[in-house]
Amino acid sequence: MSWGSAGEFFAMGGYGLYVWGSYGVTVLAILVEVLALRARRARSDAPGRGRP
Amino acid sequence: MTEATATRNPARPQPAGPIWLRYAAPLAFDPLAARMIPWFFGAAAILALAGLYVGFFVAPTDATQGEVYRVIFIHVPAAWMSMFIYLVMAGWAAIGLIFNTRLSAMMASALAPTGAMFTFLALWTGALWGKPTWGTWWVWDARLTSELILLFLYIGFIALQAAIEDPRRADRAGAVLAIVGVVNVPIIYFSVRWWNTLHQGASVNLTSAPKMATTMLLGMLIMAVACWMYSIAAALWRLRSIIAEREFGFDVEAP
Repeated sequence: MSWGSAGEFFAMGGYGLYVWGSYGVTVLAILVEVLALRARRARSDAPGRGRP
Repeated sequence: MTEATATRNPARPQPAGPIWLRYAAPLAFDPLAARMIPWFFGAAAILALAGLYVGFFVAPTDATQGEVYRVIFIHVPAAWMSMFIYLVMAGWAAIGLIFNTRLSAMMASALAPTGAMFTFLALWTGALWGKPTWGTWWVWDARLTSELILLFLYIGFIALQAAIEDPRRADRAGAVLAIVGVVNVPIIYFSVRWWNTLHQGASVNLTSAPKMATTMLLGMLIMAVACWMYSIAAALWRLRSIIAEREFGFDVEAP
């Protein structure tokens, strides 16, 4: 598969909105999940945590 | 975890017993999970790069759909993961319920948010593929509706467990919901065969040759494994937080 130019790659034959809208939201969702996991881990590692 | 750390924490249980029970205790499994996570994230990253390369730079333009078909390289893997994670989640929930094992139930809880994410992505990318090709973002056909129900099951499982104070009761209640919901997964899978759906039928199955170009299939399969590796990494990472939260009072390793 050879794209004529970067412009053609991003345009995706006129379907750019649908293709990049899909992959963009995917990247966003993964980012949100990873950041949420890091935040949760930081909370459960907090020094104040201990037996009640 | 080094030998020095182990002796400094006499309360931390050392893995012992027959190999298949050695890591059954949450705190015994925790260091193993810690070691596994980076490998699975690494595998996911490498496979995702390979899969996206094949999907965007090897697989050709589709004769009917042009370039928009390339959504397939995330849509199908996400949909497969949404179903597969649910089955694994229900499996661990069932084991936790039957054998009263805490770690099994924790694993089910750890899988749910990742499963929900992939279900949402399957629906979102499906809608973005459907609009230019079918002319609609959504239709209440059997497949789409049952996949939406799957999302509700995941959210329901998470919400139910969050609403119950006692963690073991929450484990059991969630497990019952997860197990009852398993019936939805074969419904999603066979929906395109059992009913007249707008969603197309199976292009890939276990018993006959795939009805798609090899490079397209390859990209899809690589991305599916990438999503699988990511799911394991994310679930184990979440599991470690769950273990730390529930088994508080003990020194657990930072990531």
